[in-house]
Amino acid sequence: MKALTTILSRFVPINIENIDTDQIIPARFLKATTKDGFGKNLFRDWRFKNDDETKPKADFPLNQSQYSGEILVAGKNFGCGSSREHAAWSILDAGFRVVVSSFFADIFKNNALNNGVLPVQVSEAFLQKIFQQDNKAELTVDLEKQTITIHTTGEQEYFDINSYKKTCLLNGYDDIDYLLSIKEDIQEFETQRG
Amino acid sequence: MGKTLFEKIWEKHIVKTIDGGPSVLYIDKHFIHEVTSPQAFTGLNKRGIKVLRPQQVVATADHNVPTLNQHLPIKEELGRLQVEALKKNCADHNIQLYGLGHPFQGIVHVIGPDLGITQPGMTIVCGDSHTSTHGAFGAIAFGIGTSEVEMVFASQCLLQSKPKLMRINVDGILNKGVVSKDIVLYILSKITASGATGYAVEFAGSAIRSLSMEARMTICNMSIEMGGRCGLIAPDETTLSYINGRQFAPQGIQWDKKITEWKLLYSDDDAIFDKEIFIRAEDIEPMITYGTNPGMGIGVTEKIPTNETINENDKSGLSKALAYMGLQQGAAIKGQKIDYVFIGSCTNSRIEDLRMVASFVKGKKKADDVEVWIVPGSKQVEAQAIEEGIDKIFAEAGFQLRQPGCSACLGMNEDKIPAGKYCISTSNRNFEGRQGAGARTLLASPLSAAAAAITGVVTDVRELLN
Ligand code: SF4
Repeated sequence: MKALTTILSRFVPINIENIDTDQIIPARFLKATTKDGFGKNLFRDWRFKNDDETKPKADFPLNQSQYSGEILVAGKNFGCGSSREHAAWSILDAGFRVVVSSFFADIFKNNALNNGVLPVQVSEAFLQKIFQQDNKAELTVDLEKQTITIHTTGEQEYFDINSYKKTCLLNGYDDIDYLLSIKEDIQEFETQRG
Repeated sequence: MGKTLFEKIWEKHIVKTIDGGPSVLYIDKHFIHEVTSPQAFTGLNKRGIKVLRPQQVVATADHNVPTLNQHLPIKEELGRLQVEALKKNCADHNIQLYGLGHPFQGIVHVIGPDLGITQPGMTIVCGDSHTSTHGAFGAIAFGIGTSEVEMVFASQCLLQSKPKLMRINVDGILNKGVVSKDIVLYILSKITASGATGYAVEFAGSAIRSLSMEARMTICNMSIEMGGRCGLIAPDETTLSYINGRQFAPQGIQWDKKITEWKLLYSDDDAIFDKEIFIRAEDIEPMITYGTNPGMGIGVTEKIPTNETINENDKSGLSKALAYMGLQQGAAIKGQKIDYVFIGSCTNSRIEDLRMVASFVKGKKKADDVEVWIVPGSKQVEAQAIEEGIDKIFAEAGFQLRQPGCSACLGMNEDKIPAGKYCISTSNRNFEGRQGAGARTLLASPLSAAAAAITGVVTDVRELLN
């Protein structure tokens, strides 16, 4: 997993609520047996007409050249639905390291963190302020300080993250390394319960 | 202070807790399928390690399998490769696979309970969000991502933070024509598709206790649609008699020992929940969804909401959903033309669902311009249906009984609903494109779906019951 400390970047706004994982990556693209290459199908059915890559929908932000950056900003309850980690892989593969929303579905949040993608949960009011920025505005996400800042206005908000997950992300560790290191405790637990 | 059902199970499975961080939760059973496991096996292989406790893992192929001519090779290349990779990975790691052709094959959340693998007091995970289904037995069962599948392979444990606890009480007597799917769609319409995010949800109350195990599974199955981390119901006599005698159920002295343990699994009277919700069973009518998330449901006699009747925040969602669905604000849903009927998925493909549909359609015929697919949840369900002659009832009604798999629940295998077509479906998700790009899904109970199959339109099933 790639470490993440601070990201200063423009952002891609998708001002839609309840974005489910079937929109992030439709089921028909889950047939691969590796983790790579999912980015090109991120939001596939919102991005292309009739499933045709030569027909991008002009009104979808990912198709609009004025938007770019490593931060995706979306409406509340982002990532609801299926447990497919392919959703997190496609977001990462498309070049995003941070997703900002006012609410995240549980499984998506875990999947993102396990892949070095930081879910930043902000207040609804702060989210709306970000959506009101123009396309040149930049955001800074500082994981160490747990803050997100809108550069043009200087407005800032604190965000929550589990301290263990924060350490993992800052250093690029993953949970498996930890779990493998406590193998004896696990065996001991198994023996105890019989 | 008393403990909740969730806490009693949780505490028994904690290996240790990291200071200021999550706990190491021991996992009893790990179900896997072909879609969310290959990258986890690759991860293990890269680390040069084997699955730690292969005897606690059970595999099946369900998402990518065809539901016709299962004896032939899978036509779709990538799907076939995934199913083959599962076979190879299971062989390499000594994991029991109930793959295509095996008499136990089926949807992962149908076979676990069916075979008696799912039991009270367990921790159960699977790389699939509807793992919540198994909670109907009084187990902590939840969906995980592929990285977590790899963690459980490697260590039989997961790092988890304890969720908040919610109890949803449904009390009273259900109206005629109202079944467990209607209960859960009703709850969703009240608390929304994110109403339980961050919570483990216990379902309780007299109406829940009166349900069969299969009906309880339908409710826990959809607890993830409220955002719940898991759903669970305290085990009781209904639970015990369901498990008793199944393939992998404990037997003899083991059984006696287990039921003593299981009888302690309930929330104490003075246990505290972070949130409680109360619902009157009498208020529920047959439900149907009109929108693109499972919280967008109404009673079948109600009108689709309008900008005036809906909460300010939900307006943009309503217009977007109705545009996709080709439906109008304020219109009646009853009478809406249907093109496809899909009765299946891990929500409603068990033998009771098929029996319910069969007893309703017996002697009736489907509407001419409707295509009806009945997809049993497992080989065992299929065999049972044939043994009971249910297949003949379906054939006479013009319903197509297919072979077990996820089928049209998710638009991944060959079974897809064409763009623009309306499908009344007993599955759990009506997301845009869920049943195929552009497909329009209306979620309902097996009974309501069967009624629509007969009339060709959304129907109040109560009018056809005597
Ligand atoms: S039936 Fe549908 S919801 Fe259930 S496991 Fe299969 S794809 Fe998932």
